[in-house]
Amino acid sequence: MHDLSPSGRLHLPSPSRRTLLRGIGGAAVLGAGIPLLSACGGSGTSSDPKTVSLGSNASDAVPKKAFAEIYAAFKKQSGIAVDVNTKDHNTFQEQINSYLQGTPDDVFNWFAGYRMQFFAAKGLTSSIDDVWAKIGDNFPDAMKKLSKGADGKYYFVPLYTYPWALFYRKSVFQQHGYTVPTTWDQLIALCKQMKKDGLTPIAFGDKDAWPAMGTFDQINFRLNGYDFHVELMAGKASWTDAKVKAAFDHWAELLPYHQEGSLGRTWQDAAQTLVSKKAGMYLLGSFVAQQFTDKADLDDLDFFAFPEINSAFGQDTVEAPTDGFMVSKAPKNKEGVTKLLEYLGTPEAEQIYLKADSSVVAASSKADTSSYTALQKKAYEMISGAKSLTQFMDRDSRPDFTSTVMQPALQKFVRDPKGIDSLLTSIERQKKTIFASN
Amino acid sequence: MSTDTTEKSSQAATRPPRGASSKKRVPQGHRRLLTRRDRLTLGLMAGVPTILHVTLVWVTALASIALAFTTWDGIGFDSIRWVGLDNFKELFTNNPQFWPAVQHNIIWFVVLILIPTPFGLFLAVQLDKKIRFSRVYQTAYFLPVVVSLAVTGFVWQLVYNPDTGLINSIIGANKPGHYIDWIGDPNLNLWAILVAACWRHTGYMMILYLAGLKGVDPSLREASSLDGANEWQTFKNVIFPTLRPTNTVVLVVTIIEALRAFDLVFVFNKGAQGTELLSILVTNNIIGESSRIGYGSAIAVVLLLISLAVIIPYLISTFRKERSA
Repeated sequence: MHDLSPSGRLHLPSPSRRTLLRGIGGAAVLGAGIPLLSACGGSGTSSDPKTVSLGSNASDAVPKKAFAEIYAAFKKQSGIAVDVNTKDHNTFQEQINSYLQGTPDDVFNWFAGYRMQFFAAKGLTSSIDDVWAKIGDNFPDAMKKLSKGADGKYYFVPLYTYPWALFYRKSVFQQHGYTVPTTWDQLIALCKQMKKDGLTPIAFGDKDAWPAMGTFDQINFRLNGYDFHVELMAGKASWTDAKVKAAFDHWAELLPYHQEGSLGRTWQDAAQTLVSKKAGMYLLGSFVAQQFTDKADLDDLDFFAFPEINSAFGQDTVEAPTDGFMVSKAPKNKEGVTKLLEYLGTPEAEQIYLKADSSVVAASSKADTSSYTALQKKAYEMISGAKSLTQFMDRDSRPDFTSTVMQPALQKFVRDPKGIDSLLTSIERQKKTIFASN
Repeated sequence: MSTDTTEKSSQAATRPPRGASSKKRVPQGHRRLLTRRDRLTLGLMAGVPTILHVTLVWVTALASIALAFTTWDGIGFDSIRWVGLDNFKELFTNNPQFWPAVQHNIIWFVVLILIPTPFGLFLAVQLDKKIRFSRVYQTAYFLPVVVSLAVTGFVWQLVYNPDTGLINSIIGANKPGHYIDWIGDPNLNLWAILVAACWRHTGYMMILYLAGLKGVDPSLREASSLDGANEWQTFKNVIFPTLRPTNTVVLVVTIIEALRAFDLVFVFNKGAQGTELLSILVTNNIIGESSRIGYGSAIAVVLLLISLAVIIPYLISTFRKERSA
């Protein structure tokens, strides 16, 4: 619902009847939800030294089961039980503010990025440097960077991650003799050729308003580099900067090759055009694989990194949203929490998770990759080979800015790319107000 | 209200109450005539609703008015900062969605009053003629009102889905080059949703008018037909004027529907470009992770002012006329 517009992350609800009912249920409890949330978090049992309470957003069946297996293994190893309070994924995200201010669980699911740092800076979560002293060796530097707050302390334990890239079907590329483009010009040429061959070059659905943010991210850090992208997301660089304008100009060049009518289409429907071989490519997170329900189709799925635009930056940045855990401000069972997080930071915990959910890869560089599918192996190589990792626009920037300003603005751009100048001026004006607010 | 209850209770108290309480009777002042239990009951009966009303309506309304002049991210009360009229300035000059939202709310009202309201009246008049299966028709037309708006939105969204939806599949508009994006195209989507809104509102209006028509004295029809009036003349000159109270209700209900329009659009496309509404702007700013509570409250205050500006003058003039009549 706010979309309720949460982001380029993994467990996106498909437009099913179930989601709808859940949505209605969510709306019904909205009023009661806030006190309820604080009421059920950390109730009684967690003062017990043998229990740690955990607020989970893993409401979908696959991740829920995967997490349960991790906690079972942890109990076997340490004797500490994990008392899980699962909430609907979207609801959890929308109510996170009041949840953390009430009586939250000891540990909760969250994402790396700006929002994680924001909670840390607000004092709503605890620093976990002691945990990292033990698990630090398990993670590559990029993950360490992602797990720190603005003050340089650790606040987050990553579990898994997944890349955004251009997905395509090997058979389609073979049939038409296409090669994977590595530069912008090659990409445009490929799009032109696909159009000639009667394909939709790039599948696109932006009804939920966040997929367009992924496209902007790719073009911006390819063209202007990671550092500028970070500054822009942090509200420091100006949206009226010529560099931003250049990024949108590139996007405008690519837009005619995107699927028509994108603002009325969900990402699931767009992914179906890739499944049915009507579209040549699709820029999305690896969760697009969830739409490939047929095993043969899934084996045919492959991806490549967004092509280079500026040779100064090449393909050095990968957008790899990372999910993991944080500790609330006053955990009832501090010792148990430390033990749990130390366990969650081990390759074993990650492997248990990946066994159940194969659409993601482990955040740890020590995890065993031998059981990975071809897609997972490639994703793992892409992420571990990256110089810098970004999360996603709505995780790298203020969510109030991305949801109330950027989402409508990018939808406007997708529909009318010519109005970009006034649009950027408007974004910059609104950005100033929002970033000045606190 | 309070005078009312004291009067009634004083009447009751003139009859000597039975039981132990009669001994405690103190003959001075109305209040003292009540037993402790009476007072407790009265207190609860008047107090509980008052507390609920004050906390849920007045305190929240006043709090959001106060918050409209502040900026607050919803974390801790000490982070509330007074910013004066900044939120409103920002809203009127910088928010690209605000004026379209106001405009769409107005369009919503105009369309509801021009299309489904007369149509609902038409259906009501037909159903009032005691045709066969009248109950079946009534139920059929009223059903959309009973169904949750969220469900309505979901169903219509399936109808309008650009790739697999009913309309585009029938007219073949789901191929590249022939695309009609009912949900995303800002020139179309508001009207597409309004069709769904009208579909529902017609049933609502029908029921209101049908109830009004049932209350029309049959002797009026008889008299006008004796005078030689035809059906249309009877309706125009005799029946419709007697529906005046119903019209007041219909107008107020329609205004409220137009201002609180939300669920349908939210399910349909979350208030994307072309379908921005004030209620959706409020939600997007306050609920969820964005938590721009001060700014969202400012939009809510604008919505409140618009409602008051429309409804108060109308109610005042209506009641004045009724009193003078």
